[in-house]
Order: sequence, then C-alpha cells, then structure tokens
Amino acid sequence: MNNEDLKIQISQYIPAASYDESGEFLNAFLPLENFAENMLLLRQKLQLDYLFCLTAIDWKDHIAMVYHLLSKQQKHTLVIKVKITDTANPTMDSVCGIWKTANYHEREVYDMFGVHFNAHPDLRRIFLDEDWKGWPLRKNYEDENMIAL
Amino acid sequence: MDVKDKLIFPGQVHETADGGILVTKLDEAINWARANSLWPLVFGTSCCAIEMMSAADAKYDWSRFGFEVARASPRQADLIIVAGTIVMKMAPVLKRLYDQMADPKYVIAMGACTISGGPFFYNTYSVVKGVDHIIPVDVYIPGCPPRPEALLHGMIALQEKIKNEPYFRKKKD
Repeated sequence: MNNEDLKIQISQYIPAASYDESGEFLNAFLPLENFAENMLLLRQKLQLDYLFCLTAIDWKDHIAMVYHLLSKQQKHTLVIKVKITDTANPTMDSVCGIWKTANYHEREVYDMFGVHFNAHPDLRRIFLDEDWKGWPLRKNYEDENMIAL
Repeated sequence: MDVKDKLIFPGQVHETADGGILVTKLDEAINWARANSLWPLVFGTSCCAIEMMSAADAKYDWSRFGFEVARASPRQADLIIVAGTIVMKMAPVLKRLYDQMADPKYVIAMGACTISGGPFFYNTYSVVKGVDHIIPVDVYIPGCPPRPEALLHGMIALQEKIKNEPYFRKKKD
C-alpha cells in the first residue's frame, strides 16, 4: 500500500486522525483517547505486524510519542504520533498487548521521559538505578552533577 | 635512552673465580622486576578499548614491554587501564574492581572521557567527569581515542614511574 492508500484506510477506521505527508513515511496523528484500541485496529486491518521504533520527544509544552510500524507482508511503513499535553503527569495507553517488543521500549520511555503507560505489565526503570530521581531526557531536567554549557 | 635499555638489570656483576657476585639495590631490583611484568586487567568500556586491543595485538604488541598477560580477574592484575567512558552506573563497578586488585596496583586513565568526561563534559546526566573522582590515577593519556603508540608511551611512562619510586622507603600514611 502506498501512503495515499494508507491514509484512506486509516481515515475509515479512525476519523479523528490527522496527517503529515512531508516526509518519507506517512505520519498519522492519533488522539490520546482510546489509543490502544485504535492501534489494535490498525494492526489488524493494515497488517502492521512489526513495531520497529517506539520513542518520545519532549517539545516542552507537550510530549510526543512516536511509533514506527511496518508491515512485513505488504511492505508499507507508517508513523503514528500522539501528543500528550499533560507534561506534569504524562499518561497514556500501553501497546505491550499488541506488540510484545513495546514492553522494553516503553520502559525506556518511562525511564527517560517519565511517561506512565497504563496496563504495562512491568513498568520500572530499565537503564538507570531504581532510586534515580527525575527524567533525564526531559528538557527541564537538572541535577547537581550536570554542568550546563 | 632506548626502550631496550630499560630492560637491563640495574646492578653490576663483580667477576670472581666461581662465577661472580651481583651487586644491586633491593629497591631497584624489586622495581625492575615489577615494572617489567605489569599485568593489565581486561577492562574496556568503549572506543578506547578498541585501541587498547590493537595495542595488545601483533602489530603494536605490548608484550614487548612486559604487559603480555592481560588478566580477566582483578585479583591477578597489577594495572587497570580505564579505556573508555565511565558512567554513573559503572562507577561502583570500577571502584569494586580497583578494590579487589592486590597492592601494588596502578591506574592508567586512557582517553578524554576518563580524564575529564571529554565530549560528555557538558549537559550530561550520566557520565562521570573524570575517573579520578573514583580511583587514584597514575598516568593520564589524552586523545579521543589515543593511538596505540600513545598508550604504549603512557605504559612505558608508568614503568618509569615505578622504577623511580622508593619501594622500601615509602612514606607511611
């Protein structure tokens, strides 16, 4: 499927989605509500069987979650983005139940950005010590060891 | 002075009918033995470790100077070459390895990261800004990463340091 076909298909299942086609991949912006249900729908309808990247971006006024999805059968790639506007206490749905690889990816996002994933089976820090304070990849992160340039 | 001259035993042989008497100083004899048989610990945390492996291999071959037996256990090692970035999570591990080494023990800080944090000095949450915050360092080798020649130079400088320290006349702490 090419980007145009993908867009038509997604619009059928998720009318609230908006798009950015400026890059190589089709970027679809999904609402934060019912996110896990929407992702499960996309996986089933578009055969998106492979989640090859899950990360987050801190834009200061909001946090953007980014999901890169691939269909191994149909060879199409789709990027899903979600805005989380509550930066003080960011919370969203986990996709662990849909793609198992999301387990560690979401733990990394939790470790670095402090995003809480609902219904994650084992949400704890993956790289940093368990008693680490704060979320180091947030733009407003500071600690006593850091030397600002 | 050539590197080879440093391998010569510090003492004189007084020829006698039965074969000769060796005259030397204990300090110098012990230091000569220790300096020419420094066993490094297998410890590398990033790209400097690749240069360190290169220095150990046939082309640069640090065994020419007595470093041939890299040990996988700190209890058998005399020297730890801190080759690579040390992060906060690695710091307690490095301290523990150093504590497990038997005296006398030496530390070489190889590369910019171990000297000061190097390229990770500013705006980082994870990198230790100089390995000398954790363990005492004998020789610093700048570079990012240093070439194997630079590492060999640093190691020979350490041998020189060992040979010049008074072993039996150490100041008590």
